[in-house]
Amino acid sequence: MPPLDDGAPALRLEGVRRSFRSGDRVIAAIDGITANAANGAVTGLIGPDGAGKTTLMRLIAGLLRADAGKIEALGIDVARDPLAVQARIGYMPQRFGLYEDLSVRQNLDLYADLQGVPADERPARYAELMHMTALGPFTERRAGQLSGGMKQKLGLACTLVHPPDLLLLDEPTVGVDPVSRRELWQIIDHLTRDAKVTVLFSTAYLDEAERCDAVLLIHEGRLLGSGPPAAFTAQLAGRSFFASADVGKRRLQERLARAPDVIDAVIQGSRVRVVTAAPTPPDAAALASDLPGLTFAPTPPRFEDAFVARLRALAAEVPPAASPSAAAPASIAASRGEDVIAVSRLTRRFGDFVAVNDVSFHVARGEIFGLLGANGAGKSTTFRMLCGLLPPSGGSLRVAGFDLRKAAASARGRIGYMAQKFSLYGDLSVERNLRFFSSVYRLFGPRQRRRIDWAVAEFDLASQMSATARDLPLGFKQRLALACALMHEPDILFLDEPTSGVDPLARRDFWRRINALAETGVTVMVTTHFMEEAEYCDRLAIMAQGSVLTEGAPETIKAAARTEARPDPTMEDAFIAMIEAAADAPTQGSRP
Amino acid sequence: MMASLRRLRGLLRKEFLQIWRDPSSLAIAFLLPAVLLFLFGYGVSLDASNVPLALVTQRPSALAASFIGAFEQSPSFRPRRFLTIQEAERAMTDREVQGVVWLPSDFDRRAISGGDSPIGVFVNGVDTNTARIVEGYVQQVWADWLGAEAAEAGRPAPLPIAFQPRVRFNPAVKSRDFIVPGLIAMIMTLSGALLTALVIAREWERGTMEALMVTRVTIREILIAKLIPYFLLGMGGMAATVALGVFRFDVPLRGSLWSLTATSSLFMLAALGMGLLISTVARSQFVAAQIAIIATFLPAFILSGFVFDINSMPWPVQIITHVVAARYFVAILQSTFLAGDVWSVILPNAAALIVMAAIFLGAARALAHKRLD
Repeated sequence: MPPLDDGAPALRLEGVRRSFRSGDRVIAAIDGITANAANGAVTGLIGPDGAGKTTLMRLIAGLLRADAGKIEALGIDVARDPLAVQARIGYMPQRFGLYEDLSVRQNLDLYADLQGVPADERPARYAELMHMTALGPFTERRAGQLSGGMKQKLGLACTLVHPPDLLLLDEPTVGVDPVSRRELWQIIDHLTRDAKVTVLFSTAYLDEAERCDAVLLIHEGRLLGSGPPAAFTAQLAGRSFFASADVGKRRLQERLARAPDVIDAVIQGSRVRVVTAAPTPPDAAALASDLPGLTFAPTPPRFEDAFVARLRALAAEVPPAASPSAAAPASIAASRGEDVIAVSRLTRRFGDFVAVNDVSFHVARGEIFGLLGANGAGKSTTFRMLCGLLPPSGGSLRVAGFDLRKAAASARGRIGYMAQKFSLYGDLSVERNLRFFSSVYRLFGPRQRRRIDWAVAEFDLASQMSATARDLPLGFKQRLALACALMHEPDILFLDEPTSGVDPLARRDFWRRINALAETGVTVMVTTHFMEEAEYCDRLAIMAQGSVLTEGAPETIKAAARTEARPDPTMEDAFIAMIEAAADAPTQGSRP
Repeated sequence: MMASLRRLRGLLRKEFLQIWRDPSSLAIAFLLPAVLLFLFGYGVSLDASNVPLALVTQRPSALAASFIGAFEQSPSFRPRRFLTIQEAERAMTDREVQGVVWLPSDFDRRAISGGDSPIGVFVNGVDTNTARIVEGYVQQVWADWLGAEAAEAGRPAPLPIAFQPRVRFNPAVKSRDFIVPGLIAMIMTLSGALLTALVIAREWERGTMEALMVTRVTIREILIAKLIPYFLLGMGGMAATVALGVFRFDVPLRGSLWSLTATSSLFMLAALGMGLLISTVARSQFVAAQIAIIATFLPAFILSGFVFDINSMPWPVQIITHVVAARYFVAILQSTFLAGDVWSVILPNAAALIVMAAIFLGAARALAHKRLD
């Protein structure tokens, strides 16, 4: 085991490259990355889906070979001696690497055998891990029967069963509930502080950057920046503001996004968060004519602001895409107020398991309504029942005036649905996908031609018409999927996890279109586990374990969690407070 | 060494727990062979029985009636009478009958004098296999009747003396006795290759293989830990299938159990080796199953000599049959079941199986590595 100087980095990457072949195209997943991760620190590997995070993790773990460049982990060349590196690292892949048929104890035993933990050291090590992960009461339970958060902690315990010097965690927080996420961070803090473990933590959640000692920001296989998170935000000092005015928040956001010195404008609660190109607020006087009562209040910059600023700087080098008009389906009369979706005491059971338990809510025409919750909270099951894909076990639900128990097919003609992984036909071209989905909705002849022309112009797809859907960048895929869902001009649009993992610019572009649709009277229903996305909704319901914990406007939900210690709670704070309150009052849900 | 044994023990314990708790591998080892054996054992038959046959008698006579009676008695045929040869031929074209037997107007004279072609026989050549069987059976009926007729009349048996085939080892000429041993080789090819290929593909799908690879485990330990449990499982399935063949299909087992066990073990190693080789390229259970069927089951079915005789294949195809492991096992099983321990058949084929197992396992070991690319 080569000695490791205290000052030497635990991880050194030098000009690392790795590409993959997809058909006859070569995709550079990692395109020349040079970076270090300091010994004993938590380094965040941050970037959207497809940025190359997982590839980089696998390269470091010796699971892939680099095409060029050098990777040194704990002073060992990974390419030359992967087994020596693997003996000293812990690696948790995205799906935790657990055997679901085996109990918690049997999983730990397996990894202890594989990592060569002597039998006499095991009881003490297990006790420590069970204490740390709070899995002690569940050692005989099968891993497949644990909740998402518990699986994640068991996966972590298995990688820690032999104390590693370097811990690689590949997106451990995706889709787990915020309470588990917070607990995971507590474990990581404890590991780096007491056990002196170096941690490399990859994530697509930008808000987690601020919990890291250092950040490697990657985008499309390239390093966009590195350093402590404060160094990223310091460049934006004095450039972030909250704007409010006496107009609707969507109009305010839309107008500010077009202002010349504004590089970013997003809705947050009832206000709009603005980032400017220079450390002065936007010129309020010039905007006051159509935005009466416009005021700006300074606010500390976030990591996401820094990412957006860098992406805008990159995008400025390529000509900007044509700005689309409002995506206005023609047939919708904008009459607001009436309930388009009415759900009352909805329940769905699978055997003994209650996936959705006594859920009620109403959504008005033109409203954006969100279902927020972790994986397994019952969001997707609720969604499938609303789309008429799954019959409910109890309760009533009306969509677009149709009782879904009797007229699911009629209701479906009024619904547009965009599935989580953009269910496009990967082998078909963009044009073929548009043709197929429009014909599925019984559009033929001139009407079909007109809608395809509309989609191409609206979603700026002309340059990619003959490209196969599989090879499109994520942002394009998302636009194509939305276009396909809108072909038949639906009154109601269902979006299942629409923007999880896409880069912040693509997310902003997507939500600008959704806002425009809502303005024309389309009702939008969204599921998400992404706290930030919930801010875009007019109203939302927070779900946990099949039940709705609370329902209301984002600012109302956040206000309910306001305490003296936390005067400006985030959506995540509110979510955690809600789950803790539900745990304290067991009468609220059917299960504790 | 100690550490390696401990890792192997951990992996083996995991594998046995999974076999017990996830019934899918038990289904491949026991259910799949049983279903296939019932399906093919009853479905595939090379015997003809109740074949519809047209009979045309130009001029009725006592002798003609006696000959026709011989067909009525035979379990192989379901005769139908037609008045003219044209009608009978039309029925054959419409596939209502498989063949036509025509008794000309001078049948009596020709039959007694032993002259040329006393009867006319036409068979439908569209289905050559059935045609040849029908042809043979008609000849048999003719010869039997001629002998019986001659004996009754006190005349010497007519020349040429009726050809009496002697079939050794399968005296009843039940094709099932010959099909079931070959079928066992087919089924074990598929179930052996599927066991290892599917189980490893499942680990890729669930992301557990990725986690295993970053531990200190070596690729050799992973392969051995897959080979041992599925070898035992596959041999269990083999035993159950043989028992089913002997007790349900009444196939005789004339060879010794220990030589059957020894040769089956060799073949099981080759089949599991094919599965391991497939698993080095297939990362999903769907792809693994597709490759296993196309690359192991189909060649075994067509090129092993189980249904189609290898000696009548063109020589390039005959060369290819040498890389089909099932070919050697089919030869061993047919001999072990029907003839007994014929060492001149078993030993060379067993040696070939050893070579095949070594090639497949060696290739799997060489191609598998602790990386994802």
